Amino acid sequence: MSTLTEPPVERFRISMLLYDARYRSATIQVVAMLFFMLVAAWLVNNAIINLNTLGKPISFKFLSNPAGYDINQRLLEYSSRDINLRAALIGLLNTLVVAFLGCITATIIGVIVGVLRLSSNWLVARIMTVYVEMFRNVPVLLWIILAWAILSEALPKIKSFRGENATSSMSLFDTVAVTNRGIYIPEALFSRSLGNVHLLGDSGLRFDISIDLIAIVVVLALSIFAVRKVKARATAVQEATGERPTTWYIQLGILFVPMIALLVALGFHLGLPELKGFNFKGGTHLRNSLIALWLALSLYTAAFIAEIVRGGILAISTGQSEAAAALGLKPNRTMSLVILPQALRVIIPPMISNYLNLTKNSSLAIAVGYFDLTGTLGGVTLNQTGRELECVLLLMLVYLVISLLISAVMNWYNKRVELVER
Amino acid sequence: MKKSVIFGALTVAGLAAGAAAAGTLDDVKARGKLNCGVTTGLVGFAAPDANGNWDGFDVGVCRAVAAAVLGDPAAVEFVPTTGKTRFTALASGEIDMLARNTTWTFSRDVDLKFTFVGVNYYDGQGFMVPSELGVSSAKDLDGATVCIQTGTTTELNLADFFRANNISYEPVPIETNAEGQQQYLAGACDVYTTDASGLAATRATFEDPGAHVLLPEIISKEPLGPLVRHGDDNWGDAVRWTLNALITAEELGVTSANIGEMAAGTNNPEVNRLLGSEGSLGEMLGLSADWAKNAIMAGGNYGEIFERNIGESTPIGLARGLNAQWTDGGLIYSPPFR
Repeated sequence: MSTLTEPPVERFRISMLLYDARYRSATIQVVAMLFFMLVAAWLVNNAIINLNTLGKPISFKFLSNPAGYDINQRLLEYSSRDINLRAALIGLLNTLVVAFLGCITATIIGVIVGVLRLSSNWLVARIMTVYVEMFRNVPVLLWIILAWAILSEALPKIKSFRGENATSSMSLFDTVAVTNRGIYIPEALFSRSLGNVHLLGDSGLRFDISIDLIAIVVVLALSIFAVRKVKARATAVQEATGERPTTWYIQLGILFVPMIALLVALGFHLGLPELKGFNFKGGTHLRNSLIALWLALSLYTAAFIAEIVRGGILAISTGQSEAAAALGLKPNRTMSLVILPQALRVIIPPMISNYLNLTKNSSLAIAVGYFDLTGTLGGVTLNQTGRELECVLLLMLVYLVISLLISAVMNWYNKRVELVER
Repeated sequence: MKKSVIFGALTVAGLAAGAAAAGTLDDVKARGKLNCGVTTGLVGFAAPDANGNWDGFDVGVCRAVAAAVLGDPAAVEFVPTTGKTRFTALASGEIDMLARNTTWTFSRDVDLKFTFVGVNYYDGQGFMVPSELGVSSAKDLDGATVCIQTGTTTELNLADFFRANNISYEPVPIETNAEGQQQYLAGACDVYTTDASGLAATRATFEDPGAHVLLPEIISKEPLGPLVRHGDDNWGDAVRWTLNALITAEELGVTSANIGEMAAGTNNPEVNRLLGSEGSLGEMLGLSADWAKNAIMAGGNYGEIFERNIGESTPIGLARGLNAQWTDGGLIYSPPFR
């Protein structure tokens, strides 16, 4: 006869939270969390009470008041009568422009420098080392100001273009004017434009989309799609018959004929800059502030990217390049076909943080008078409305969102180039 | 036990913060030093000299207040502020008063919660251009590139002026006066605009001041004056009446030269009340009886401070104009000491 003894039912007792090893760590974490939240709540509460005592309770109404100031570089139409929210939007676009341009050029320069730093050519490798060490070890703000000072002091003044005995003239067949107020380049104009689509009515976030631009993008996409089809057909024919039909002239035709036809239909012509009154009129004005910021941010970040690229390449064992050499690949083909694709896996993750750094460093723009988000919302708007806390909170939120978006895109790309493990 | 110590410390810190907000006058006395916000450097108004001593028209006001409150015109800590940082510095309590050619406007007074204690310079926004451009009126500036200090009222006036006259311009925002000067001289902008007094002060430092002209248009009213935080009236009164004392001293002919003998007592009761040999005005303010005497001795009366720093005998060469005493047809006017 066997007796079954019921296992003792364990009752939960409060003291177990402290004396039972199973619960203790959870208890400590909960208490720590509560304490942390209390401190945070106390800080927030303190700020709100103090602001109320000052007579400035938190309010975002200022965003819908007229901004009152002008912005020189604006991608959307804007006047000083527009509201602060729109000024912030213009600033945000300026931030995005310089961040986008900066990330692209920084990547190109960084990859080239990183590869050349490993070159067997002693002089080239040393020059690249000097470049990296110089840019990496000086604060980026100084580079920005230096670039700006050089641009405004060294380039020809507007007045030297003026009058009978002008000492400066426009370059590239009189199409580009390089001055100490920026570079004026020709702009694309359409005499039979299809107009714009207005979106979001009269609100502060309204914007126009050019139908011309949409048409160009659509035609380009269709052409590329057609070219792929032609290529796929050629491959199919090649696999069936062993002979690849000549298609390069068809491809060129598909790419260029519809585009040229569209441009002619739209009445495409170039608007050239021209000296009128105080300044050049017409054309696109790349301001010194943009160029200085773009240049300095790219060169600075490229120095870091170069080191990442070099590290990535060194992480690929020499056996790979020896094997490629044994197969008869030339050094440049080895680099682009064997080494770099594998190195990308090491390179991408640290690249993300460099892109984020570049974007955040663009907030130094105000040092050269570039109206980015920090210059509009966090600069003039903050100053004229006196809403420091609200403006800074909004700024932080916007930069956080931009950074998270960049991270998300880069992580998605990282997933694609990752080694597929089975 | 430990917890109660922490909470006790927090309470004390909270109370101390509350007390700090209440009485700036007591704070300054306890500290023995006045924290005064000034510009980052505008010759004539506030700029450090070769030895690092601050001097200028606005600095004169700071020193007078320090002398009135603490009896020592040197007991001032000058805090350089830009157009952007000045209000935050004042609102946060980093500085006790701001004397930084700041324009008295409705929104700064009402919305930003500051108290302007008076006007020490009546100014207006002007334009400076190189004379070789041949511009004679601001209305000819269509399409010009304009250097402008951000975070100032001039930025808003500029936008309004060009809009009202239906002409366009390209703003080049800059942070400090020095930067504006560099950009303007490099030809990166055609025009430099700020308060006319500031333009005159800036032009005075140029190698060839004659090659630049100030355009005749004055496009705004810019009453510049010292300001303090809203809601601390005792402190506001101390600064306000120190400024008034300097102005009244000029009106009554009290100068740094004759103040010694006048303080002993004169036939003019108002002079006696001002200098403390009669009545108890200083006590009402919470200051010593000779507060106004100290303030005037710090740098002279209003007229003396003006002449020494920005007057016609200086390189800046500003005429008194609107800033003459009301008895001479100007706007400088102090309520009576009674």
